[in-house]
Amino acid sequence: MGSITLKQVTKNFGDVNVIRPLDLAIRDGEFIVFVGPSGCGKSTLLRMIAGLEDTSSGIIEIDGQDATQLAPAKRGLAMVFQSYALYPHMSVRNNIAFPLKRAKVPAAEIAQKIDAAAKMLNLTDYLDRKPGQLSGGQRQRVAIGRAIVRQPSAFLFDEPLSNLDASLRVNMRLEITELHKSLGTTMVYVTHDQVEAMTMADRIAVFNGGVIEQVGTPLELYKQPVNKFVAGFIGSPKMNFIEVEAQANQLTRTLGVRPEHFKINEDAGMWTGKVGVIEHLGSESFLHVHVDGIGTLTVKADGDSPIRSGDQIRLSAADDKIHKFDAAGNSLNATPVAASQV
Amino acid sequence: MATIQSRTLARFMLFPSVVLLLGWMIVPLCMTLYFSFLDYNLLMPGNEAFIGFLNYEFFLTDPAFIESFFNTLLLVGGVLTITIGGGIGLAILLDQAIWGRNYVRIMVLAPFFVMPTVSALVWKNMFMNPVNGLFAHLAAFFGTEPIDFFAHYPLLSIIVIVSWQWLPFAALLLLTAIQSLDREQLEAADLDGAGPISKFFYIVLPHLSRAITAVILIETIFLLSIFAEILVTTSGGPGYASTNITYLIYTQSLLQFDVGGGSAGGIIAVIIANIVAIFLMRLIGKNLEG
Repeated sequence: MGSITLKQVTKNFGDVNVIRPLDLAIRDGEFIVFVGPSGCGKSTLLRMIAGLEDTSSGIIEIDGQDATQLAPAKRGLAMVFQSYALYPHMSVRNNIAFPLKRAKVPAAEIAQKIDAAAKMLNLTDYLDRKPGQLSGGQRQRVAIGRAIVRQPSAFLFDEPLSNLDASLRVNMRLEITELHKSLGTTMVYVTHDQVEAMTMADRIAVFNGGVIEQVGTPLELYKQPVNKFVAGFIGSPKMNFIEVEAQANQLTRTLGVRPEHFKINEDAGMWTGKVGVIEHLGSESFLHVHVDGIGTLTVKADGDSPIRSGDQIRLSAADDKIHKFDAAGNSLNATPVAASQV
Repeated sequence: MATIQSRTLARFMLFPSVVLLLGWMIVPLCMTLYFSFLDYNLLMPGNEAFIGFLNYEFFLTDPAFIESFFNTLLLVGGVLTITIGGGIGLAILLDQAIWGRNYVRIMVLAPFFVMPTVSALVWKNMFMNPVNGLFAHLAAFFGTEPIDFFAHYPLLSIIVIVSWQWLPFAALLLLTAIQSLDREQLEAADLDGAGPISKFFYIVLPHLSRAITAVILIETIFLLSIFAEILVTTSGGPGYASTNITYLIYTQSLLQFDVGGGSAGGIIAVIIANIVAIFLMRLIGKNLEG
C-alpha cells in the first residue's frame, strides 16, 4: 500500500523540457526526499505524481496500478502545500473534515477521526479557530491533519517548511519524521534544503535540470557522490573543488575535499594558504583559506582553534576522504583512491 | 504620524478639505431642511410661509409615495441580484485562459463608460422599441407578437437597462477577487475530492464574500438615486409604475413646482438611504472586517 513507480516519465511546458525521461521506484513506507536547486523539476514531478500536472509521456503507477490519467482525488494521495492551502473561512475542524465530507463519510466517524488527528498533532485546543488565528507551525499541523485523516497511501510534501522560521523548522522536521515513524506511510518530500533532506530521508533523490543525478541513502550521497553536482549539493558548507592540471593518461581533473576532512598541519601539507575570514559558530569555526593558484578553500576547525585571520596554515586530507572527478564531473571513486596516486 | 508635531501638521493640512467637504454637504442639506418646512411653490413666488410638517404629511400620505418606495426597493434589489449573479458568472468566465483575454476584458467593461442617458436611449430606441427595436424584429422573425416593453413591463425594463450598465462593474471587481484566490487552495480541494460545484460553493464563493459586500454597498448608493434612465425611457409611467423616490421628488419639485414638497421628499429620501445603509452594514458589513 503506497509504492509509486515512475516509468520514463517526461514533462514539457510548450517547447521547454522540464523533466527528461525519468525512472524512479518509491518503495512502500519509505521517506524519500526530492532535493535540488530551484527550477530543477522536483516540484513539477511531485505535482505530476499528485495529478495536478499532466504527464507528457511515460507512466505513473501507484500500488501497481496505472494512475497516469487518474484525477487527483482518485489517486489516494494527500498533499501538504508550501502555503499550507488551508481554507481560510473554515474552522480548523471543518478544514480537516473537508476531504471526509466530500467522501461522504458518516458524521460520527468524521468527528472521531478529527479528534484522533487533533490529539496526534496537538491541535485539540484550536479546533474551533480559523486558520488566520493560528501560528505558522500550527497551520502546518492543520495541513498535515487534513492529509492524515484521509488515510492516504502516500503523503506528498511540497517544501512544507520553507515558510517557517528557523527554530520552528527544526521542530517541524522532527515532528514530520516522528509522524512517519508512527504512521509508516510512504512520504515523498520536496525541498531545496539539503539539511532537511539529510536529516529526514530514508533515501534522497538529487535533481538537477530535470534529471535525477543520484538516488541513495543520505550517507551514501555524502560518502559516495557520483558526480561533482551531488558532491557540491550534499554537505554544508559545500565541498571544496580543486582543479588539477591535465596530464596524459590521467583522468582526474578535479579533487573534492569536504571542509570537515581537511587536517591543519604544523609542518608539511599538500596546500598552503593564508587565512581570510573566520566564521565562529562556537562549537566549530570555518576558515576561508586563500591558496595561491587554487582559490579559496573552506576549512572546518575546532571552535577554540588558536588560528587567526592572516595566519599561514598548511592543509592536508586523508587519502580516503579525497573525491576525484573526471573532466565531465563524474566521480572516479568507485572505491576511495589514495591521494598519492593522483 | 507619531510625534505631536506631525499630528498637528496633519490636522492643519486636512483642515481646508474638511471645511470644503463639510460646507459642500451641510449648506445644501440645511437649505433643503429649511425649504421642507415652507409652503414654497414656484408658481406663487413671494408667498413663502412656515407650515410645519405639512409638506412631510402631504408627501408621505401620497399613494404615489408608497408605490415609488417599493419601486425603489425592487429596482435596487433586482439590479443587485442580476449584477452579482451575472457578475460572478462573468468573472469566472473572464478568469479562464482564452485567446485575447485582455481585449475581451476591456470590451466587457465598455457599458460602464457609456453615459446612463445614452445607454437608456440606445436600449429604448434600438432594442426595446416595439416597431423598430431588435427585440421586435426577433419577435417578428419567430412569428410572435412584439412586446412593448416600456408599456407593459416598465420597471423590469429599467432594471434590465441599469443591470446592463452595472454588470461590468460587478464583474470587474469580482474578477480581481477571483484572481487573488490562492491556486493552491483549489489544488488542495482537487486532492480532497471536491468537484467543480463543491469548489465553487466551499472555496470560491466564501473567498468572494468581501468583494460581493463591496459591490452591494457601492451599487446600492448609486442605485437608490437612479434617475436619468427613468426620465428618458418611461418618465416614471405608466402611472407611477416606474417611478422611484428620486423621480417622485423630481416630479414634485420641478413638474409641479412645489419646492417645499420636493424638499420634504428629499429629506425623506436621505432618511431612507440611511436606513438602508445601516441595515446593509449590520447585515453584511462584518464581511469587510479582518
